[in-house]
Amino acid sequence: MNDQAMPRAGSVNAGDLPDKPAPGASAGPVAWLRDNLFSSVGNTVLTLLGLALVLLTVPPVVGWAITSANWTGGADACRANPGAACWPFVTARWEQFVYGFYPAAERWRVNIVLALLLVGIVLLAIERTPGRRWIGLFMVVVFPIVSFVLLYGGSFGLPVVETARWGGFMLTLVIALSGIVASLPIGIVLALGRRSEMPVVRLACTLFIEFWRGIPLVAVLFMASVMFPLFLPADVTFDQLLRAVIGVALFASAYMAEVVRGGLQAIPKGQYEGAMALGLPYWRMMRLIVLPQALKIVIPGIVNTFIGLFKDTTLVLIIGLLDLLGIVQASINDPNWSIQSVPYTGYAFVAIVFWVCCYAMARYSRYIEAKLHTGHAR
Amino acid sequence: MNEQGRAVAGSTGEEAAGLAVSDELVIRIADMDKWYGQFHVLKSIDLEVRRGERIVICGPSGSGKSTLIRCINRLEEHQSGSINVDGIELTNDLKNIDAIRREVGMVFQHFNLFPHLTVLENCTLAPIWVKKMPRREAEEVAMNYLERVRIPEQANKFPGQLSGGQQQRVAIARSLCMSPKIMLFDEPTSALDPEMIKEVLDVMIELAHEGMTMICVTHEMGFAKTVANRVIFMDGGQIIEENAPEPFFNDPQSERTQLFLSQILAH
Repeated sequence: MNDQAMPRAGSVNAGDLPDKPAPGASAGPVAWLRDNLFSSVGNTVLTLLGLALVLLTVPPVVGWAITSANWTGGADACRANPGAACWPFVTARWEQFVYGFYPAAERWRVNIVLALLLVGIVLLAIERTPGRRWIGLFMVVVFPIVSFVLLYGGSFGLPVVETARWGGFMLTLVIALSGIVASLPIGIVLALGRRSEMPVVRLACTLFIEFWRGIPLVAVLFMASVMFPLFLPADVTFDQLLRAVIGVALFASAYMAEVVRGGLQAIPKGQYEGAMALGLPYWRMMRLIVLPQALKIVIPGIVNTFIGLFKDTTLVLIIGLLDLLGIVQASINDPNWSIQSVPYTGYAFVAIVFWVCCYAMARYSRYIEAKLHTGHAR
Repeated sequence: MNEQGRAVAGSTGEEAAGLAVSDELVIRIADMDKWYGQFHVLKSIDLEVRRGERIVICGPSGSGKSTLIRCINRLEEHQSGSINVDGIELTNDLKNIDAIRREVGMVFQHFNLFPHLTVLENCTLAPIWVKKMPRREAEEVAMNYLERVRIPEQANKFPGQLSGGQQQRVAIARSLCMSPKIMLFDEPTSALDPEMIKEVLDVMIELAHEGMTMICVTHEMGFAKTVANRVIFMDGGQIIEENAPEPFFNDPQSERTQLFLSQILAH
């Protein structure tokens, strides 16, 4: 631009410039309030509206559920104070909520299973546990067998407890955990199959997935409970609960397959080529390279499916299995507890139990995601 | 002209690099064709590579040079003609494909390291799972190669934490851990920042001096001049010209080669 000027002298910057502190906003709670809650007229209005909503809803809920709730006494105390939660109802029915109609003398068997489950989950969740891999294998392979033997009985001198007598939270766990444990591997195989280069395999997996995704779970359960026996010889019986579990597991597998497929599609072709060029055969490549990355990407989707599955177990109610919700529902109709606040209390209790379980899963998935993060670029 | 080129390659190329080449053929590609659908990407390719040879393949983009070396380890399938690697005929037989992939290492433009594994695990994976090497031994081998590419201190980091040049050197070490007889390089420096190209080329030059049979698709003409004993120019899916580096660069025979060289050497 400035042709006539003398050639500019080169410039050299000797030494490094010092680091300056970033221009921080003025600190302190007042500044925080101003920046985050009252930064504009619109924000101020929203803040005040939000505050009003909180004041309108939280105190009554806390009052109903905690401060003015009935914590002790029996049905009479609740009848005297029907405007607040009736927790004695839950306390009185506690065992039924957990065990259903499992015979009282045999409930220790359920306790052992629940204790094993709890210990297993805690040990697996803590990273420093030695031999976690073996514990994981134990929980996936041995634990279900042990649980079945304990819960159903019929061997080792344990009396048989028909599945019709199972119920409550225990039944919820049985259905949900069977579904979870079965749906992940089946879903992975289906997802791999749907991306297979073999047309027959691909077609079979696609048909399977689309079939199960296309019908409502309620219909699946009805089919499992009502239609399926029609196709069996008259003398063959097939346990009602088992049918429901298989239905739920296959239903969840179809969803899981699509979640996993999303992860598989996110893996760049270069990863496959890198693995193939090293001579890894297909299954090794999938197990060591592709699936670990694909599953990591879709952890939120997998846990989402688990949570959905966990909550969907309440639908078994419609084929006459009494899971936690079912048994609470049944207990509410007890004439001894026909008090206005009892249904609300019962449903609130169910909601709390489900929320705690689902939120725990959600938190754990966040933790795993953070742990598996190994740097940005691939 | 091709025949002439080959005859020359035997003498001057070697002298240029000061490296010996045996007479034993390790790769024999004969009349090989490949199509992508209706598109004819590789046209009757004939190529013979002897043990210890360093071949540089260059050419404009889309000329089929990457596809050609990717056919050698069956990342791409050829439709006619034959490819024979170290006495193994490349067919649809999975056993043969696996056997060839064990013999042939490959380095990619985008590294293709496994981001969920550490650098060390990237290097030990194939020896452990493909060669059934005990873990301890595989780690020793891996550390040995990481030292040779000069990044042993990064062994426990994840690829995402390394620079591009470091990642590419890890990728080279990872391939070497399988003790391949042949190394394929598919534009190993094209995705790198200028200041990192040298560190990768240095490793490749060292490898050449150790007598590794190498086929490199690259635009690093300096590398071709110092290391290669044959340069192949491809265009439109064919091998257009093939010669020792000195005559190739100083006296290209084909017009297309001349045009290409004038374009890339203009700056």
